[in-house]
Formats: sequence, structure tokens, C-alpha cells
Amino acid sequence: MSKTLFDKVWDSHVVRKIENGPDVFFIDRHFIHEVTSPVAFLGLKSRGNTVLYPERTFATADHNTPTINQHLPVEDPLSANQLKALEENAAEWGISHWGLGHKKNGIVHVVGPENGITLPGATIVCGDSHTSTHGAFGAIAFGIGTSEVEMVLSSQCIMQPKPKKMRINVNGELGFGVTPKDVALYIISQLTTSGATGYFVEYAGDVFRNMTIEGRMTVCNLSIEMGARGGMIAPDDKTFKYIKDKPLAPKGEAWDKAMEYWNKLYTDQDAVFDKELTFNGADIEPMITYGTNPGMGIGITNHIPDASAVEGGVATYKKSLGYMDFNEGDAMIGKPVDYVFLGSCTNGRIEDFRAFASIVKGKKKAENITAWLVPGSHEVEDLIKEEGLLDIITEAGFTLREPGCSACLAMNADKIPAGKLAVSTSNRNFEGRQGPGSRTLLASPLVAAATAVTGVVTDPRTLLKEKIVA
Amino acid sequence: MAYDKFNILTSTAVPLPIENVDTDQIIPARFLKATERKGFGDNLFRDWRYHNDNTPKEDFVLNNPTYSGKILVGGKNFGSGSSREHAAWAVYDYGFRCVVSSFFADIFRGNCLNIGVLPVQVSPEFLEQIFAAIEADPKTEIVVSLPEQTITIKATGASESFEINSYKKENMLNGYDDIDYLTKMKSEIQEFAAARPF
Repeated sequence: MSKTLFDKVWDSHVVRKIENGPDVFFIDRHFIHEVTSPVAFLGLKSRGNTVLYPERTFATADHNTPTINQHLPVEDPLSANQLKALEENAAEWGISHWGLGHKKNGIVHVVGPENGITLPGATIVCGDSHTSTHGAFGAIAFGIGTSEVEMVLSSQCIMQPKPKKMRINVNGELGFGVTPKDVALYIISQLTTSGATGYFVEYAGDVFRNMTIEGRMTVCNLSIEMGARGGMIAPDDKTFKYIKDKPLAPKGEAWDKAMEYWNKLYTDQDAVFDKELTFNGADIEPMITYGTNPGMGIGITNHIPDASAVEGGVATYKKSLGYMDFNEGDAMIGKPVDYVFLGSCTNGRIEDFRAFASIVKGKKKAENITAWLVPGSHEVEDLIKEEGLLDIITEAGFTLREPGCSACLAMNADKIPAGKLAVSTSNRNFEGRQGPGSRTLLASPLVAAATAVTGVVTDPRTLLKEKIVA
Repeated sequence: MAYDKFNILTSTAVPLPIENVDTDQIIPARFLKATERKGFGDNLFRDWRYHNDNTPKEDFVLNNPTYSGKILVGGKNFGSGSSREHAAWAVYDYGFRCVVSSFFADIFRGNCLNIGVLPVQVSPEFLEQIFAAIEADPKTEIVVSLPEQTITIKATGASESFEINSYKKENMLNGYDDIDYLTKMKSEIQEFAAARPF
């Protein structure tokens, strides 16, 4: 019988099927971090259970870590306590731990792929909804709650009903200045934040085939923002090339054996999806959001839609614009901005810093802008230095912080102040997400860079063209 | 037994007729720093409930003594966003045992089921009826019967059935959770794991 990529990976991980219930689903790789794991370890202990396969779990501290002076003790006692709990739990159960100060420390969804922990055809979970990132490699990867973290620790399984299947095709070529982030924000704007709820998505078509692995990670990362449990892309030579020789990737015979499996990871030609959508890459502009969920996005040259033109309740829409202090019909270009945030598991990789640097090179940070540039990991940080990008951004008046989730969710000290407007390369523009009262515009690293040097929301294509002409 | 049993719940309800209520509203990230599961109810809807100086926002429904009860009724796409189970913990710790909406985000729904809060998905029309009934009489009672899989507005008798898979239903009726089930499968899981390529 013809199967989708998703079916192939899912079905091969079902330990037991429960009639009228969920599947008992085996997990190959489990990431944990300091925020959603402590209570799981408490539960494990209180039931007298043990960690069944400590070698299948990987701990890194990221959500709650400072992004300056990481060599000093963490100031906030609650944050310090969580970091300590992670370290102690990992040590107690023999789990690998890349804590603050470790050279491999960084955002879980950045360091996993960097180190070859993320593999095609694997099942990967973490107590973090952006675990969908790892789907870029043809893995089934999704976020779980703390009860499920405890399940994985004690049994290496969770209990999940199999989601429905959706394929999203984006064909053709992307326009000038249009990035993977824009593709994702465009799709979410078309589907809304609940348009893929109940589904697992496969991304297919020329646009994703032609995309870099890091670009694919950005797209899969944002799958959750349209409600999908996760998103995945069939692995290809680019995927295998990326993984080969990564520290924890299979080596020698194990690699050859893995390749045999990986080469079968594609959707059969006549396989059937519960839902299929197709978009044209040429229709996508650099995107920006204007409201308080990631589905409220438009092409950057557009104006904020009237309430009558959007699906859903008018009251909710007006509340959202009220929070943003925007009006229906406003142009996005030219809106004065206070903060720019480059980073997160969505856009905190080397290609994102290259994109940012390509715009700010030879320019100066606008005076009204406070910019936080946060690499996703120490490896990204090292590359920024090696490639000379640090010199470019420093020359332009920016500084580089140390790795972590930072202002994406503002659990640490990196909080956008109340009322301030930020252009962020992260993933959520919910009310107060980047700090109580903060207002967020989600966009690509190119839009963030263009805004950082002009001080107002700016179409990066205008600056890129200037550079090409020059 | 892992959590409270759920059978038939008869209670007044708290209305929150807003769509896309995300988990950052249910509990903002800065309140996720605990290493134990306690006290999360104090910060349920923190930024909608309190001003920055911690004084209550009088117009928010949780600060309005007219409304109370063990059932929270929210707008479409309730619980979207992060996977933080803390959102479900906050709902539970505040005293809610059931959340009603016309649509739930997947992870939030799963988290609720895993801790013994019943998510009840109703039609958009029935959701409107519930909001209208509460508006007409804030003391109106809603009856949620898990055995019958029905939700009824007591005053009008209007009723609708809701879905839940029989495995989860059995769990909630008895207060069992998935870990109880999985720990009994250890040898079967070990056999499966031994055959994995990586």
C-alpha cells in the first residue's frame, strides 16, 4: 500500500495500537531543557520509576539563561535554581548535559542538528513546541507536555493518536529578498493559527527542494504556529551531506545501514493526504505581522486589513489591533520601531546572521534602535567570528550577545519594555510574549536588518537593490 | 491513581469569549521558573488579570465576583502556542476541572487530558448558546457528563454530545494516567527498542 513519508516514519515507531485510543509511540531522541523537565523528574521519583534509556535523552540549558556574562553566576535565583535542577537530574540519571558554559551549549533546536543528534526517519520530542524544527531532516518531531516528558524518561514512549496528514506544496521560485521565514509566515497567514490543527504537515515542491537545510529548519520550526503538530520535509542529498561527519551521527557501517533506511524516506507517488494545499512561490513577498498571533501577517508593502476582510471574530481582531496600537488601513512600512531582535530557534543560525550582515554592511545602526543579536549556539557564535561577520556588525554599531532563547520568550532578563515595538526574527507575537506590554512584529532577518539601520519598518529589497547597483 | 476522577460535573461557568487564547496569556513565560508543580493558579491569565503594579484589572472576568465555577468557557482555538503543561496546571490549580471551547489547540488539549482537566469541544452554535445563557444568568449551571459524553445547559435543557476516545475516557473516569499504562509495558518496549536502527 502506498504510504506518505509521515506514515512510513510513524508506523515504524508504533509499539502497540490501542483500539479506540492512542498509539504507544516509541521515541528515538528526547531533548530536555531546564523549564519543562524538573517536574517530570519529580514525578519519576515519586512513582519510584527510573530513566529507561538515558542515552536517548539530551539535556541543554537555553530558555532561562542570560545572554551576557554567562561566565558569572546567574543572578535570578529562580533561574539559577532551574539550571541547577537540570544539571543535578542529568547527573543523577546519566544523561548528557550541555549546560551554561559548555562549548556545545545553545538552543536545543539549534544544537541538536549541529551535532548530528537529529536524524532522518527518527522520532524526536522535547517539552517545547518548536521541536517541529527537526522535521527539516525528515524526522517526526513535535513538542510535548511535562507529563509526556516523564513518560519518555520512564518508558521511552508516549501515547499519541496518529494525526491526520496534510501536504503543503509551494512551487516555482521565490522572489528577490524572500526568505524561508517569509514562506512560513505566508503559509500561516493563509491558513490561520488553527488551520493545520490536528494535522502533521509534509512540505513539498520546488521551493523546499531548493531551500538550504537551515531554511527548511526555519519553515518546519513554524509549523506549530498554524496549529500543526509538526512539519517535515523528505530528506535528500543535501540532508545527508549536512549530517555526515556530525559528531553524533552514525559512522562507518552504521552510516551505510542508516542510508539504506533514509533512502526510502519519501512519499510514494499515489499516497493520499487528508488535505493538500498548493501555493505559488512567486506570490510571496517579504512578510511582516501586524497583530498578536503569527497568522496576522501580510506582505510588507501592504496595509493592515479591515476587520470585515478577515476571518474570525471582529471583537478579537479589534482587541488585537488595540493592543498593538495600530489601526485598520495602516501601512506597515515606515512604522517607527524601538527594538530589533535577531535570534531564536527560528532564525538564530549562521545563515540568518549572514543575511543580517549582508544588509547592515557599510551602514550604521539607527539611533532609535536597541538591537539584540543572539546566536543560537556557541557553534553559530564561533562561525560568526570566523567568517568575519562580527567585524561587519560591530563596524555597523551592533554587539553580539551569548547564545540562548533570549527575548523570544523573555524568561531571562532580555525583555522588551512595555509599549515598545520590536521587529523580531522569532516565532510568536502574542501579547506580552517578549516582555509584559511589549509589541512584536515577526519578520525575516533581512527585514530585521533593514529596520535596524533605518529605524522604521523597511522593505529589505530597497536596501538590497541599492547594494547591487553600488 | 494519578489524578482526580472525573464523572459528572455540575457547575456554574466562567465565560471568556475571546478567540485564539494562547498559552502565553494563560500563563506568561516569566512564571515558568518553578521546579515544582504548585501555585500556578495565582498567575493564571496574569497579564489580563493584573496591572503591572499587581493591582487587579477590574474588568477582567476572573476579577468579577459575578462569575465563578469549575468550568471555563473560551472562544475558538483555545490554548494555541507553546507546549507548556504549566498552562493546564494553572487552569487546574485555579480550580477549573473542565474547559469548553469550539476548538482546541492539540498540545493544550493533550496536556489537559494528561492531568485530569476535561477539554470539551462543542459546535460554534452551542458555544454561543452557552455564552448567552451565562450572560442571561451568571448563576446558570452547566452539566458535563463524561459517562454520557454530553454537555447540557441546565436552565434551557439544551444539550450536545462531545467526543473523547474510549481509552482516555476510561482513564479520566478512573483517575488513571498514561504512565500507569506504559510502566506495565516495559518488556514489550525493551524488545522494540532493541530492534531500532539508531
